[in-house]
Amino acid sequence: MPTGLLQIRAISGHSGSVPGRGVHREEEVCKYIDVTTCIGCKACEVACVEWNDMPFRETTFDNTYQTMPSTAWNYWNLIKFNEHPRDDGSMMWTMRKDQCLHCEDPGCLRACPADGAIVQYTNGIVDFQQENCIGCQYCVSGCPFDIPRFNPATKKVYKCTLCSDRVGQGLEPACIKACPTGCLKFGTKADMLVIAERRAQQLREHSGFPNAGVYDPPSIGGTHVIYVLHDATKPEMYGGLPSNPQIPAAFTVWKSFAKPIGLFLALLAAPVAFFHYIAEGPKEPQPPSRRDVER
Amino acid sequence: MTTAVNRIDEGARRRVNAYGRTTVGEDELLRHPVYTRVLHGLVAICFVLALLSGLAVYTPWLYRWLTPIFGGGPLTRLLHPWFSLGFVVFFGLQLLNWILPMTWTSADSRWIRDIRAYVTNAETLEAEDVGFFNGGQKLYFWAIVVSTLVFLISGFPMWFPEAFGRLAVSIGYVLHDIAALVMLLGFIVHIYESTAQQPGTFRAMTRGTVSKRWAWTHHPAWYRESTGRDPRADYEAARAGEADRS
Repeated sequence: MPTGLLQIRAISGHSGSVPGRGVHREEEVCKYIDVTTCIGCKACEVACVEWNDMPFRETTFDNTYQTMPSTAWNYWNLIKFNEHPRDDGSMMWTMRKDQCLHCEDPGCLRACPADGAIVQYTNGIVDFQQENCIGCQYCVSGCPFDIPRFNPATKKVYKCTLCSDRVGQGLEPACIKACPTGCLKFGTKADMLVIAERRAQQLREHSGFPNAGVYDPPSIGGTHVIYVLHDATKPEMYGGLPSNPQIPAAFTVWKSFAKPIGLFLALLAAPVAFFHYIAEGPKEPQPPSRRDVER
Repeated sequence: MTTAVNRIDEGARRRVNAYGRTTVGEDELLRHPVYTRVLHGLVAICFVLALLSGLAVYTPWLYRWLTPIFGGGPLTRLLHPWFSLGFVVFFGLQLLNWILPMTWTSADSRWIRDIRAYVTNAETLEAEDVGFFNGGQKLYFWAIVVSTLVFLISGFPMWFPEAFGRLAVSIGYVLHDIAALVMLLGFIVHIYESTAQQPGTFRAMTRGTVSKRWAWTHHPAWYRESTGRDPRADYEAARAGEADRS
């Protein structure tokens, strides 16, 4: 925390816990989302657009409870409603809060060619710096979760900041503050993992969800937004959560190794040409005229 | 189809050549008419602009060096596809203009096989079967044709990612890089060969002419074709003349 020394320990006349208390104990932050206790009230959606000062945009009604089909450049937080058929033929209704997962190894940051357009803070938050964004949208291609959204008017890409402006001041993200059921929590990664594992165990042992578990995909080094799922073996049923998220090799092996080596080899032609000229000399038109010989 | 395309090429060639002028002096041959030179200039300008704006985004090492040329990162991103489209259009016209002299022949295969002798300057005169373009020039030309197609196919998903999707962009990203490296390597060799390495070549693309000595030295079959004279005999005569004078 930049303001870790000014972290508030107690507040007079304040209901509830002290926001962000103890967060500076460990630098890495995490948002905890318990899909099993989400009631789909969308208070987090409203809190998100309000805090980030985005206009309430038109929504799209597609015969579901979902506000719109997917997140937008000015709508970073969306509850995804899905009807999942169980094996016995009955339906299961799932609600998952969809937003940036703030990967430990962010594909957007790897793909981005613009100096300083995407940064990752030591607390794990991945933040877009629009003043440095060139609008190439490689980040969209690099993201395993289809999160970054392009605004054609400004030609910049936007996404959830995990309320880095609030967290930097020792506050929890706006969505957390708004959640009425407590299915959203915010704290250190270690704490959130403990709470999530305990909740998943509870679901497995007492609530009839034998496959309940925590979604913190190791293929991208874990995320700073973790989910408790009824069925962690099928994350896809929660509206396209990949079970094995991958950054395209174009932005890992290719970009980090092949590209610089390839450029080096191609540019090597210039010194080779230079020393070829020195060693072998030019091919003069033949026979060299007397003028050439004298010269 | 073919005839319609031919008409575009012939019409443009006639009109542009009529506007310009090529002065061919004594002991000189017309190498490239005005139309070819104008096209080559347009292709070169578009290529360099596309190359610099592309390299700016290619690697973080060049980003801060090259983006200021185009007015910053966002403008570089905006302009690069348009520079490239300009390249595609003008190079497409050059393709029509040159498709006949660039046709691959057995002489070119032989030239490629003997490339070691060419690179080491083992022979002062090119083999007698080397025509208007040699095998190396044709190889470069067709490498550009293939690279341009790869650039086009991979570039559109990168230009309009919403329409093509995440996977197409990441595949296009790699293909675009490969095409760029092939073009960059060829471009460096092209610049060297046409300037320092072969004196008398550069003005073929600026003033349009070359000396007869240049022609019988580097493109003997073309010399025979355009003058009706024997390149080796004329070379020997010129050599005897030089010997007399000294």
